[in-house]
Amino acid sequence: MEFIYYFGDVFTPINFGLLLLGTIGGLILGATPGLSPTMAVALLIPFTFQLEAAQGLILLGAAYTSTVAGGAVSAILLKIPGAPANIATTLDGHAMALKGEGAKALQLSFLSSAVGGVFGVLLLIFLTPVLAQWALAFGPSHLFWLAILGVTVIGSLDSASVVKGLLSGCIGLWLATIGFDDIMGAQRFIFHPSLGGGINIIAALIGLFAIPQVITMFAKGRKNDGTQAIQVQKHPIKSAFSELFRYKRAMGIGTITGSIIGLIPGVGGQIAGLVAYDQSKKFSPGKDKFGTGHPEGLIAAESANNAMVGPSLVPLLTLSIPGSPTAAVLLGGLLIHGIFPGTDLFDNHPDVAWTFINSMLIGQILMCIFGLYVAGMAARVAQVPQSVMAAIVLGLAVFGSYSVQASMGDVYVMASLGVMMYFLERFGFSAAPLVLGLILGPIAESNFIQGSMIATATDGLAPYFLTGALNLFLIVVVVLSVLYSGYMELRTRRYTSKEEIMG
Amino acid sequence: MSNSSLPRVQHIIGSGVVAVVGATVCYISYTQQPSEAFLFPRLIATVFVVLALWTFVKACLGWTKVGNGLSLTQFSNLAPGLIIALIYIFWAAKGLGFYTATSISFFILLSLYDPAPHRVLKSWVKRIITTVCFIAVMYGLFALLLKVYTPREIFF
Repeated sequence: MEFIYYFGDVFTPINFGLLLLGTIGGLILGATPGLSPTMAVALLIPFTFQLEAAQGLILLGAAYTSTVAGGAVSAILLKIPGAPANIATTLDGHAMALKGEGAKALQLSFLSSAVGGVFGVLLLIFLTPVLAQWALAFGPSHLFWLAILGVTVIGSLDSASVVKGLLSGCIGLWLATIGFDDIMGAQRFIFHPSLGGGINIIAALIGLFAIPQVITMFAKGRKNDGTQAIQVQKHPIKSAFSELFRYKRAMGIGTITGSIIGLIPGVGGQIAGLVAYDQSKKFSPGKDKFGTGHPEGLIAAESANNAMVGPSLVPLLTLSIPGSPTAAVLLGGLLIHGIFPGTDLFDNHPDVAWTFINSMLIGQILMCIFGLYVAGMAARVAQVPQSVMAAIVLGLAVFGSYSVQASMGDVYVMASLGVMMYFLERFGFSAAPLVLGLILGPIAESNFIQGSMIATATDGLAPYFLTGALNLFLIVVVVLSVLYSGYMELRTRRYTSKEEIMG
Repeated sequence: MSNSSLPRVQHIIGSGVVAVVGATVCYISYTQQPSEAFLFPRLIATVFVVLALWTFVKACLGWTKVGNGLSLTQFSNLAPGLIIALIYIFWAAKGLGFYTATSISFFILLSLYDPAPHRVLKSWVKRIITTVCFIAVMYGLFALLLKVYTPREIFF
């Protein structure tokens, strides 16, 4: 119950102001199609340099929470999911808006997001300290395998092609080795003076997430999307509450599904929303109404995609393994303040850890309150032409990456990685495993080197890294995640080609 | 060249480039000294080159299922914007000064991609106002709030 002790820290004027700013800004950014939560958080990192660690994390955490919820606004009113996590929301949310129930859909969406989100953060509060203590038992070989697990799980589960996902992870791990070697001081892969200090993580994150989006907007050309937001009529909030209570089964399914999926590294909000939607449909007596504007579908999807936010941070805060690309960006936000997740965070910086986690809990409630009022404004922002968004994001990316170390080298690295990622994405590669490789590379390498030194003095490299219950367990999980994803990929292809043959 | 063969050629080029990078990384990792400093890169590079060659062979055999490549329309749409962005980042930002370069490139990108008609004066006024507002916000955020001293060079 240590978290209660730090609750008051959330309500200091600066912290609460940042929480409000992150929540309202996140809702508006989330509603803007093309601005994913990961990209929004990455673009915000430069603004946290001058803040204290807890304050920076409050801003980033609030933005993360509310961009996921804000994505529902454009999903409901424009039929364009603000983020991949809101794809399932579009199915019934937009149909409700077309029937003139736009306001009700928005209210149900924010209320169910808040319920799911609060449950998810409570899970984070109670699971994290237990797992952080468990992490003390981890030695260099286990941490090495954990880092590899982080890359392979995201590489295999988050990508359409397992091989390309793993290859993206390898590219990230290689990029992490660029610069001077920590132990020997040797130069590695420094092809240009800008790379002398290695690849700056923040500049790389901005480039890898923001620049491909900018180029994608360019690729759409000079056309008018013609998307018009559906006007919303007033709807009493009281009846939205009673409706939510009426569909408590859908909310329960969404909340539990989202929380479980959030705990699994690599499986994002998109999967959480779709699985919850599907499960809710299976158990519903009105399954035929799904897809026609049925509140159950909307409630299940929205409670699930926000319920996964808290649990997705559990592997990050306990084992330093980001469970999602956004968690990887948050890890970057922690590292720039010299704070390492795991026991270091909870033993040496409990004020930072608990203020951040508590702020996410309060943020869920603020997101619900403001979401109901900001939705209309956010829908107008969502209609901003892509040309304006592309130019704004490009400008923010350049200024943001320069401000990291006041270095043009970081801007060049940001742009080069961004352009490279756009073309790689066109050929089926994925940014998430590449980012995970880049972030977990130094963790994997330092533990590999430490482990090799211990191994040389003891049993040798192979017995040290390949034996022991925990090592074997982690290796089995790595192999199983790759095999399972490979099997699912083959199955999907066979199913798709059969459907094509059948017409 | 037919539309269906276009992605295949692109996949061969794309995965070929990745394979060349993988092979270069592998070669450097195994030949550079001191070899202890390249212990971890050697581990990564070996997996990297195996997966890259696998992807390349699959692309050559036409077995690639993932990734739509880039159509000619998409390429012609993105090319002007990408060129402007690259000139802005690699030359103008340092050569002209951050704020000047950002104003010019922002305005050009808006004009290039804004769906509003070019022959209507209102469209141009809107673009100028948007550019001025954006630069004012950027100046307020970065120069005044974050105190980031960006290169000013010959202009602002």
